[in-house]
Formats: sequence, C-alpha cells, structure tokens
Amino acid sequence: MKLPVTITINGRAYQREIEPRLLLVHFLRDMAGLTGTKIGCDTSQCGACTVLLDGVAMKSCTCLAAQADGASITTIEGLSADGQLAPIQEAFWAKHGLQCGFCTPGMVLATRALLETTPQPTPEQIRHALEGNMCRCTGYQNIVRSVQHAANMMGGRP
Amino acid sequence: MTVAVEPARVFGSGIRRREDPRLLTGTARYTDDIVLPGLAHAAILRSPHAHALIMRIDTSRARTAPGVLGVFTAADTDGILTPIPCCWLLPGSKLKTTPYHPLAKDAVQYVGDPVAVVVAESPYQAQDALELIDVEYEPLPAVVDPQKAAQQGAPALHAEAPDNVAFHWTVTGGDVDAAFKCADVIVRERIVQQRLIPNAMETRGAVAQFVPATGELTLWNTTQNPHIVRFVMSLVTGIPEDRLRVIAPEVGGGFGSKIAQIPGDFITVFCSMKLGRPVKWTETRTENYQSTTHGRDHVQEVELAATRDGRVTGLRCTVWAGMGGYLSTAAPGIPTILHGLMLSGPYTIPAVKEDVYGVYTNTTPVEAYRGAGRPEATFMLERMMDRLADEIGLDPVDVRRRNIIPPFQNGHDVITGLKYDSGNYEGALAKVLEHVSYDALRAEQKAARDKGRYIGIGVSLYVEICGLGPSQVAGAVGFQGGLWESAIVRFHPSGKVNVFIGASPHGQGEETTFAQIVADELGVAVTDVKVVHGDTDATPMGWGTYGSRTTAVGGAALAIATRKIKDKAKLLASHLLEAAVEDIDYSSGRFFVRGVPDRHKTIQDIALMANVAWNMPEGMEAGLEATSFYDPPNFTYPFGAHVAVVEVDPETGHVTLKRYVAVDDCGPQINPVIVEGQVHGGVVQGIGQALWEEAVYDDTGQLLTGSLADYAIPRADMLPDIEVLSTVTPSPHHPLGVKGIGEAGTIASTCTVYNAVIDALEPFKVQSVRMPLTPERVWRAIREGAERGAGAPPLDTLGAP
Repeated sequence: MKLPVTITINGRAYQREIEPRLLLVHFLRDMAGLTGTKIGCDTSQCGACTVLLDGVAMKSCTCLAAQADGASITTIEGLSADGQLAPIQEAFWAKHGLQCGFCTPGMVLATRALLETTPQPTPEQIRHALEGNMCRCTGYQNIVRSVQHAANMMGGRP
Repeated sequence: MTVAVEPARVFGSGIRRREDPRLLTGTARYTDDIVLPGLAHAAILRSPHAHALIMRIDTSRARTAPGVLGVFTAADTDGILTPIPCCWLLPGSKLKTTPYHPLAKDAVQYVGDPVAVVVAESPYQAQDALELIDVEYEPLPAVVDPQKAAQQGAPALHAEAPDNVAFHWTVTGGDVDAAFKCADVIVRERIVQQRLIPNAMETRGAVAQFVPATGELTLWNTTQNPHIVRFVMSLVTGIPEDRLRVIAPEVGGGFGSKIAQIPGDFITVFCSMKLGRPVKWTETRTENYQSTTHGRDHVQEVELAATRDGRVTGLRCTVWAGMGGYLSTAAPGIPTILHGLMLSGPYTIPAVKEDVYGVYTNTTPVEAYRGAGRPEATFMLERMMDRLADEIGLDPVDVRRRNIIPPFQNGHDVITGLKYDSGNYEGALAKVLEHVSYDALRAEQKAARDKGRYIGIGVSLYVEICGLGPSQVAGAVGFQGGLWESAIVRFHPSGKVNVFIGASPHGQGEETTFAQIVADELGVAVTDVKVVHGDTDATPMGWGTYGSRTTAVGGAALAIATRKIKDKAKLLASHLLEAAVEDIDYSSGRFFVRGVPDRHKTIQDIALMANVAWNMPEGMEAGLEATSFYDPPNFTYPFGAHVAVVEVDPETGHVTLKRYVAVDDCGPQINPVIVEGQVHGGVVQGIGQALWEEAVYDDTGQLLTGSLADYAIPRADMLPDIEVLSTVTPSPHHPLGVKGIGEAGTIASTCTVYNAVIDALEPFKVQSVRMPLTPERVWRAIREGAERGAGAPPLDTLGAP
C-alpha cells in the first residue's frame, strides 16, 4: 500500500507516494534528496536528525513521514539563503562550535528552536536545551559559546 | 614616533576553519549521503549468540523476498575473499592469529559476528529479508572477561590458541625484583579499564562500485586511513591496487574506530563484485555497537615499590587485555607498544616490568580508541602515585615532584628504551597548580569536610607517545606497514595552491592548519590554499590520521615540501631578476635583490613564470610543485598536567564535576582555537570513561549496553566548562617543532577525575571503585567504608540506604 503525502520542506512542496512505515528522516534524505539531515542512532537519543516541524524542533527519526503530511519542515538546507550563512551558522563558525560536523545540522536547528523561545539563554539553559543532541567531538563547550554568540548577534530577537 | 607593528603571523593564529561552511549548510557529503545510479542496499545478518557453531543456513525464503537481488553467506565468498589480516604482528610474543573471515564460516565468536548479507533494491527491503534467513546454531559456552578467559578451563574460541592467549608480551628495564625486595613501601591495586564504545556520531558504512567490464573498484568508506584501506582491500579481494580507488568523503568522527577494516567493508565490496551494481551498507547505531571496534578492556594488577620518603624504585604489573573474538588490524600493538613502553611516564623509575596477555574473548574486536594504550598506562601510574602518597602521608603533588624528570630540550633516555624528545613536566605542573591556587584549594577542601561536604582534588601528569613514528621502529615492532606521511604542494599559474596529503583528517581541521603552514612558509593567503585529502586517486600515499600523527608527521612533510618550493622559486627569481642566487633574499612571499627591495618577484609571479615556462634557467623543469615523504627520526612526546575538582554527595553517591583545568604542551600551536577544541573533546571523552561509559556484556556474552539508550556518552548538561591552558616546549626534531594534541585530553582526564573522586572519599578509607564511577558504585563504596569504621563518618549521618 502506498500513501500520497505532501510535505513542504524549506518552502517547497514535495508530493510523493510513500510506504506507510517510512520515517520522516528517510523521506527527507531519500525522497527529497536533502541529505543535510543526519542519522546517528536508532533510538532517538542522538539528535542528529533534528529538524523543525511547523517551527518546533523534533527528531525526524521519531516521526513517520505520513504523520508529517501537510506539515512544513525546515532542514539545515533551508537555513541559509543566497549563499549567506544565517546568524546561528555564522556563530558556530566563529566560535569553533563544530569539528566533524555530523551533529551540526541537528545542533543548529535545536539552537534555532531554543532561541525562538529563549532569545538570551544562560549557559545552563543552553546545556539543558541541547542535552538531547549528542556531540562526540567538541565536549559541547564551544557549542555553548556558539549559541551565546548567536544570541548576541541576533540581539535577543528570535 | 611610530611604532613598528609586526605583521600578524598566520601560524599561531586562531582563524576560522575552512571546512566549516559546507558542514554548516548541510552540503558536506558523508558516505551515507552518496547516491549512485542503480544503487542497491545491503543489510547484514549478525549472530545473536556470543559463541556458537553454525550448523545450517537456509537463505531460500530471503532470496525470493520482494526487491532482493542476492543473499550471500561464507560459502559464496570462498575463493573470492581471503580472511582479514591482522597488521600488527608483535615479534617475540608467540602471537597466534586465527582466520578472521568477513562472513563467519563454521562458528561465530561474538554477538554481531556477520553470518549472511542481503542485497535489495531498497534498505527497507534488505532489512525485511534478513528476517527470512534461517540459521541453525549450536550454542557454546562463552567467556567475556579477559582475565577469566586466560584461566585454565575457560571456553576456548580458536583451535590456534587453546588457552585463548593471542600473545604474551613483556617489557623490562632495570632490576625490578631487587627493587621490590629492598622496598620500604609497596602499594598494590587491581584496576579494571572497562571496555568502551567509541561512538563516532557517524556510524560506519561503505558504498562500493565494482565495474565488471574493467575490474575497477571505487569504494567510498568512512575511514581514517584510505590508503591502508586500499592496501588491505586489495589483499583480501585480489583487486589490484592500481584499479582500486578508496575515497574517504566527509567522515563524521573516528576516535580510532575507523582505523581497522571491519567485515562490513569487505562484505559490501563482495556484494558489488557479485552483482555488478553499486552497493551501499550503513550501520545502524545498534549494529555499530556490535560490529565496529571497541576500546580499552584491560584488567591490570599493578604494584609499585618506593622508599619511605616517596621515591619510586620499581613498577611491576600484569595486564590482561581483551582482544575480542578476532585480532583487529592494529590491536596487538595497542596494549603493548603504545602502553607498556610508556609505563614510567614523566617520572624517573629505575626498574619496570610488565607482562601483557592479549586474550581472545567472545566480544566485539578491540582496537584503538582515543589515546589507545596511553590512557591505560597513565591511569596505572597516576593511580599508583596517589596510592603511594596516601600510604606515606605525603601530598600527591609532593610525591610526583620527588620523581619527576627534570626539564630537557633535546632527548631523555627512558627505562623502557624510548627517547623522549623534549619535556618540562615541572613547568606544566607548576602552571596548573598556580592556576587553581592549589594550597587554597586544599584549605577549602578541608573546610568543606568539616561541614560534611566531600570535595575531592585530582592531580595528574602525563606524557604520551605520538607522531607515529619512525618506519624503521614500526617494522622492528611488527607493524606491517610504514608510518611516514607525504605531501604535494602545487602552485597553479594564478598563484593559487593545492596541497595533497596522504593523511585523512575527519574533524581535526587540517584543511585549515595545513593551509596556515603553507601560508606561513610561502607568504600566500590562507584562502589561496586548498588542502585535498581522502582520495587515493588524488593524493600521495600516506598511512592515515590516528595517534595524533597528522600534524606531527604529515605537517612535517608539508613544511619540507614548501621549503623545496621556496628553494626552486629562489633559483627562478635569481634568473628572472638577473642577480646571483646568493644575492636573493626572501621575505613574506617576495624574492628580492638584497638591498634593492623594489627589484623583486612575488611567489605568484614565480608561479606564473614557472608554469608558462617561457624563460627558465637551463636545466630547470617547468612547474612549481614539490613532493615530500617524511619519515620522522623519532616519536613526539606531548605532555601536561591536569587538575579536577569534584564533589561527592554521600547520600546518593552522585559525583559532580565542579572544575577541570588542563595544561597541555603540544609544542608550538598552529591554531590555538583548534588546539583548545581538541582538548575540550578529548578531556570530555576521558571524563566519560571515569564517570559514565561502559560496554557491559553479561556472562553469556550478550551486549547489555546495545544502544545509545543504554550506553551513557556525555551530554551537554553533564559537564562544566573545561579551563584550557598551555605551555610550549618545541620538539627538537620536528621542522615546525609541533607534537600533536588529538589524544592528550583523553589520556589525562580519566585518571585525574578518578583520583579526585577517590580523594573525596578519603574519610571513608575508599581506595578503589570500579569504573565508571556511577552513583550506585560510589554509594556502595561509601557504605562499605563506613561499615569498616576506621574513623569514617558514621552511617547514620549519611542518610538511610
């Protein structure tokens, strides 16, 4: 059985026939060809697959593509426009908030969601907000600095 | 009056990384992101038993499942794949290798040992068909603990090693028996360096494209060393190296777990060879825990002899190192060469002896994991230093100072036969103690204890061996390869530069730091240098990125290549400027006639003239390009001193890491921001071992920590900020003086945090707790200490159990 779905990703509608069991992360990577979203585990711990679903950060491996029918998704590919990095991306670059880069797309989108609700987070709030996104390279310290820097660059505006 | 301002030097500057924009925008391509026309997908059926005979495999139902293109077992690989070779054949150790088949043949040796593979049109279909394969096993008794596996009567894994001992290696220096006979004081401890799972955020995987018409293979592989992959893949598959291209695309972390070639790599290639289609295999995380190599897994029995005033006279130990079900690529060298030779660390110890038993167990094969042997050696030594201090009533810092090697700039002979390059251990120690105000910290600790708060302070020194290494030494210790590195520097007519390196960075930032080396040496802009790596068809041979060797060895090759360029450019400048070469000076990318700075050629002018070759001196070849193969004359020996401050809650056993300070000396820093990032990540991985991480097998060999839900890697909210400081002691033999920083943090931090926790538990007379120091283990240790009495606070002051 195939299900027709329409999922808007980074402003563009993707109409596809899918298997009901297809995970959203596989829809993004394999059916929409947007491989910026990563898969780091199979138990929804690592957060590498974090995207925004209707503006809310969620792990796209925990969601069936069918459940996202009609939803609007933002992935890492949708953050920068015209080759210009978004402030959060600039901040991660400036503060060495990434090494191998594999957790980075999820980390950046989790940061975006945090700054929507908490435009000037404390280091403790940042660490708490990102505890569902694992990084094995940085020890998180420069990620915290990056998020603080992004908040400052954005002047407290979400 | 004007003040001359030195132009900012790019070497030593914390510039932003050149690799980041692609990583930040989701445009970087990792192995699982590779898509090819006609791509098929492989899924591997793995043994659910730790030890069993394979009686029968029936793949008939799977073969007819929707989308299935092929199902293969060991019988299909006969005559096509040879067993996977072990590449570190320790001499003089009675090493017993066993056939390590990509697909298990007659028996399985660990949970996760591959048994069959399905290839299908989609990954979901491949996964579905796995469930249709029937395997009949005859389970056998299993053994998972390396010390128990080496005991008489333990279940034997391999006929070649009926006692499960894969090798027995020893190192001795001085008369250790005499040292123990005459010792005033002997302290002993049994230490378990628990097994760890590396957890690179990207799991392993491969995309193999074999073209039957040409016999050529292209392999995209998540690896730290594509040239070794090509070499070994060629041996196992018989595909000649000249027709075998290995590409390490973006690689999402390694930490040692992407050095070895694991069965899945060969199986993927085999499937492509059989089907004539490109095939992709990507581990799930659970599969990664079973199939990608693990780290550590030592049982150590250690004794230290000393005088009453705290001078160490001897160190003696026996180590049982778990190897897993088979010997992985470099496994035998890790608990031996990279461990035993570093026994005496930064101290003068006149006599040492170590026996290492590498033991087969029914577990996932063990390999390098960040630090690889050196964290285990540092832990033993630094633990025993604290035990000695406790025994004779000295401060841990004083004991260390009584044994520390004095500063040296150009070589220090070590009891194990090594020659450290340069070191100032006292300098690093003094710096870290001053930074934390050590005496005041001890006073605060005492004041807190008086109020019933248990603060602990841990101090550790370390020296590590890295920059592996002279190839002659590699050969002498049985490594089946060289350990040099290579670099090509190529100027294009426009003056832009490509650098091609044999090493294969995967997050460490050498696209930036290597561009800084070139910019510094040749006076070009960093942004005019692009570093190419990770493709065996594009780059010169090199042995890979591990053991903190990329900058220490590959960086030296690069520096030498740039100096060759400069030599040629100077000759060409002399020709073009019509001046004798002795009269040509160089400064910041310009060659000029001495005393006449206006008569000059920039390096870009020279690059253009060399490439168009309209006017070359007689006998000079066209082009501006140089290649260097650098084989280091010695290892490099970074070092440092770390301090941790913890607080233990006696009611719950919970450890809070309050403060962590690292002083590391990796020589001159090319990019201090990147160095700091390496220290952060390294320290946190070591803290993970001390407090949270362990691969747990039950007695039947089931991996109980089989997913990220069960295995506790550090998260953002579990950690304080790490305070990072440094000293600078150049390596005397390296062209840039640099030593390496990738593993330093991990080598020092496990024992530093551990010692801090034991220090906090001092009132309870606790001397050892098995790692990781989970609340339950600490809580039990406190209660056992309290029950023993010995001046410990009474139990009823600690809250009810």
